[in-house]
Amino acid sequence: MLGVEDLSISFGGLTALSGLSFEVAEREIFALIGPNGAGKSTVFNVVTGLSRPSAGRVRFRGEDLLVLAPHRIARRGIARTFQNTEVFRQLTALDNVLIGRHAQLRGGLLRGALGLPFVWREEAAARAAARALLDRVGLVGAAGVEAGSLPLGAQKRLEIARALAAAPRLLLLDEPAGGLNPTETQTLMELIRGLRDAEGLTVVVVEHDMELVMGISDRVLVLNYGREISSGSPREIAADPAVIEAYLGSEEA
Amino acid sequence: MRWAAAGAGGVVLLCWPLLVPPYFVFLTSLIVVNAIVAIGLNLLSGYTNQLSFGHAGFFAVGAYVAAVLTLRAPALPVVATLALAGLATALVGLALGIPCLRLEGLYLAMATLAFGFVVVEAILNLDWLTRGNDGLAVPAARLGPLALGSDAAKYYLVLGVGALMVAAAVNIARTRTGRALLAIRESEIAAQASGVHLAAYKTLAFAVSAFYTGVAGGLFAFVVGFISPDAFDVFLSVDFVAMIIVGGLGSIPGSIVGAAVITLLYDWLAAFQNYRPLLFGLILIGCMLFMPGGIASRMAKWTHQAQ
Repeated sequence: MLGVEDLSISFGGLTALSGLSFEVAEREIFALIGPNGAGKSTVFNVVTGLSRPSAGRVRFRGEDLLVLAPHRIARRGIARTFQNTEVFRQLTALDNVLIGRHAQLRGGLLRGALGLPFVWREEAAARAAARALLDRVGLVGAAGVEAGSLPLGAQKRLEIARALAAAPRLLLLDEPAGGLNPTETQTLMELIRGLRDAEGLTVVVVEHDMELVMGISDRVLVLNYGREISSGSPREIAADPAVIEAYLGSEEA
Repeated sequence: MRWAAAGAGGVVLLCWPLLVPPYFVFLTSLIVVNAIVAIGLNLLSGYTNQLSFGHAGFFAVGAYVAAVLTLRAPALPVVATLALAGLATALVGLALGIPCLRLEGLYLAMATLAFGFVVVEAILNLDWLTRGNDGLAVPAARLGPLALGSDAAKYYLVLGVGALMVAAAVNIARTRTGRALLAIRESEIAAQASGVHLAAYKTLAFAVSAFYTGVAGGLFAFVVGFISPDAFDVFLSVDFVAMIIVGGLGSIPGSIVGAAVITLLYDWLAAFQNYRPLLFGLILIGCMLFMPGGIASRMAKWTHQAQ
C-alpha cells in the first residue's frame, strides 16, 4: 500500500535519512522505532509532503506522492498526527475534528455565505460524526473546550479524532502514547487495533513506548542515524543484537 | 430572552432616523460602513492571520468604482453598483493576494502598506476618470425611481446592505470556509494535513476581505457624497486595524463593536485633531496589554461568569 524506496534526505549537511526502503501492506500495523533523532518523524514529513527528499521514491497505492502538494496527499487518504501535537489551539475540540473533515464536505464559500439548507444539513451531519469520533477517543465531554487548554494526552487523542475525521485509508501516528499513562496507553492500543480490525485501516506508528510497539505491531522497523538497522516481527527485533546495541550502547562504549 | 433583545435592537435600528437628529443618523451609517470593513479585515487578519495595513486602498477602489459608475451609468440600480464595486475590489484583492502568498508577518504588512500608497497614486494619475485631487461629487444612489438623497434613505440602504453582509459573514465563519481560515491561522501544517489548500484559502481570504471592503467603500461614497484621495490615506488603514484589535481578532460581533467604538471616538475627538494619533496609540497599547482578545473576548468572559 505504502512503498518507500531508497529515501534520502539531509538538512544543511546533516543526513536525516539515507537509503531507507520499506513496504507497508494493506491492513498492517507497522511501527517505526529508534532513538531520538533517528529520522522517524522525517519519514512522516516526507510521506505527507511537508519535506522533499533529496533522493528516493514514495508510492501510495501505486501513485507517486512526491509530486503532490500536502493537501492533495491528505485527500488521497493519508492522515497523520504530530509528535509535538499540532492541535488548533484556540478552537474547540469539536471544531478541530470538523476541520479534519474539511475534504469530506462540499459546502464552499458562496453556499456557506448564503446559508443554503444543503449546507446546514451537511453541517449537522458533520457535527454528529465529529461528536461520535470525540466519543471514540474519550473526549466527547470536552467537545466545547479550547483544544490548547486540554492536557497533552487529550490533545494527542484529539489529533487522532481529527485524523480519523478525514476517513483515511492510511493513518500515520507520531508518538501517540507520549504523555499517556499506562491505562490510557492500553485504551489507545485497543483503539488502534479496532481501527485496523473493524475498519480495515493501515496504521504506521512512530513510538517510544515499547509496550505499545510490541503489543500491536505486525512488523517493526528500527532506525538509527537515518538508516535501517533491523526489521521484522516484534519478537525478531527484540532479539536482534544490533537493536539492543543502538538502544543501550555497545559494551565497549 | 436573547431573541427578545435582538428583536428590540432591530426595531430600534429600523426606527433610528425617527428617534435621533440627522447627524446621528449619518454617524450610525458611518459605523455600519466601518463595521463592514472591519468584518472584511477580520476575515483576513483575525481569521487567517494575514495582517493588512492597506485596507484604505481597497476602500478607495470600492468608493471610486461606485462613484464613477453612478456618474457614468446613472440608471444602474444601487444594488448592482455596490455589487460591481465589491467584485472589482475583490479582483484587486486577488491581484494583491497571489503575490503576497509568499509573505508573512511584517513583510506582508509592508506590502499591503505599499499597496495603499499605490492606490492613492493611481487615483491621482487617473484624473480623467477620478478628477484627481479635486475629488468627485457622488450623486444620490438610485433604486428604480427612488433617489436615496436624505440621510435617512442612505441609512436604510447602508443598514440593509450591512445586515446582509453581516449575515453572510456569520454563515461563512460557522461553516467549512471559516473553519479552514481559522485552521490556517492556528497551524498551517496541520491545516494542510487536514486537506486544506493553503494557497487557495489564503487568496480567497484576500478576495473576500477586499469584496467586503469594496462594498463598504461604495456605501461610504454614497453616505458622504464626496470623495477625494486624501480621505483614503494610511491613517485610515491604521484605523481599520485599530477597530479589529479593539473589537477582537477573529470575532464578527467584535468587528462591529470595534468599528462603533473607533468611529465614535473619532467623532468625539474631532476637536482634538492633533492629539488623535497619540490617543489612538494609547488605546491600542492599552488594548494589547490589558485586553488582548479585544472587547469580544472580554464580553464572552463576562457572560460566562454571569451564567
